[in-house]
Amino acid sequence: MYNLIGAGLIVIGAGLGLGKIGGAAMEGIARQPEAASKIQTAMIIIGALLEGLAFGALILGK
Amino acid sequence: MKKECSILDYCVALHRNLQSVYSFEFIYMMIAKISIKVAAALMLSILSFGSMASHDEGHEAHEGVHANVSHENGGPINTPEAINEYKKHHLQDSHDFVFYTDGETGEHVGFPLLVILVDNGLQVFSSSKFHHGESVAESNGNYYKLHHGKVYKTDAEGTLEMEHGHPHNAKPLDLSITKNVVGMLLTSALMLLAFSSLARGYKKGPIPTGFARVLEPLVLFVRDEIARPNIGEKKYKRFMSFLLTVFFFIWILNLLGLTPLAFNVTGNIAVTVCLALFTFIIVQFSANKEYWGHIFWMPGVPAPMKIVLAPIEFLGLFTKPFSLLIRLFANITAGHFVVMSLIALTITMKAAFGPAISVGTSVLLTLFISLIEILVAFLQAYIFTMLSSLFIGMAVVEHDHH
Repeated sequence: MYNLIGAGLIVIGAGLGLGKIGGAAMEGIARQPEAASKIQTAMIIIGALLEGLAFGALILGK
Repeated sequence: MKKECSILDYCVALHRNLQSVYSFEFIYMMIAKISIKVAAALMLSILSFGSMASHDEGHEAHEGVHANVSHENGGPINTPEAINEYKKHHLQDSHDFVFYTDGETGEHVGFPLLVILVDNGLQVFSSSKFHHGESVAESNGNYYKLHHGKVYKTDAEGTLEMEHGHPHNAKPLDLSITKNVVGMLLTSALMLLAFSSLARGYKKGPIPTGFARVLEPLVLFVRDEIARPNIGEKKYKRFMSFLLTVFFFIWILNLLGLTPLAFNVTGNIAVTVCLALFTFIIVQFSANKEYWGHIFWMPGVPAPMKIVLAPIEFLGLFTKPFSLLIRLFANITAGHFVVMSLIALTITMKAAFGPAISVGTSVLLTLFISLIEILVAFLQAYIFTMLSSLFIGMAVVEHDHH
């Protein structure tokens, strides 16, 4: 039971983090469209790291 | 474990070979050739690893399955339990290839695969002897029975000593050519064909023809977008073989998982463990002095902090490949799960909304998710390769000393 709540909390946190990354990347691209590809790559890497955290929590908490 | 070591030596030797090749026209040829060899090596070790690791994995997947075995017996799938059972069955590796099961007659349409067991010598027989888990297979006086995709040793009547829902019978070492292994062999064969033709193309001239024109941009993508920026201009070449192999291996397997063949290879944790292990080993063996210095004696921080940081950084060595393997496994498993859940809408929504609406909704949503899954298939291959090259880049980077 508690492990599920913990996993849920981690997923909420990861979701907030992903939102922040996405928003910041959008702003960055809007300001500097010529740097879009670089920003995208960095965004995907950090997104992937967060995603790994969220999935890890889901699997360990199941 | 002996096999892993020899493959490692092989990889290191291959990388040394590559180092000596700097001619630009020839590099593609070499890459293609060597990536095939590494693919074969990858495959071989996965073969030996996969069946060992899947022994443990099986236990977790079987909670509460015993109430319903209607699907395994070929009964119609029309209850939530039967649907869950079906999903679990799909996500697992199996000893035979079933395309379709007739709900009324219980007939399975598909073909059997080879079962190879290490038990009093090598026991090799066709999986048709199991009759999809319904009967006991006999080989040289030994009796075996399938229980939820795992082979157990048993007697002529097929009795399994159950305890807490798990059989206590002996499990022979299972090296069977299962559905997942077929998927990996198929992928390796495809890669062998595609990349040897690409390599041969460069012997004739600098411009590839035919299907090689599709492959060249992909190889260039891995080189210019993944390896070069992350590993560095000087050192990226000797890791290209591994990165290319892993990229195409994962991508093709992900895509095969979306076909009606329904392989779930990259959604099998044993396979992703093995792939991440390769990254881990390559990172450790190509790491330079500065990398180890940053782990055990972080420069630029006070001495007490160095002692605190050392265990954290040491743990980081293992969490990096761990996150790699969990990400790939969870993404692909989740994708398959969602697709199957949406297909199951035809059954779960039928009672309330009638056949037309339930099928329509299901088709639309499944199509939508399948399209996203095609993107995810590429993205996961890209991210795995990208993060592998990032970790390798961290290990081989040379810092400027001011």
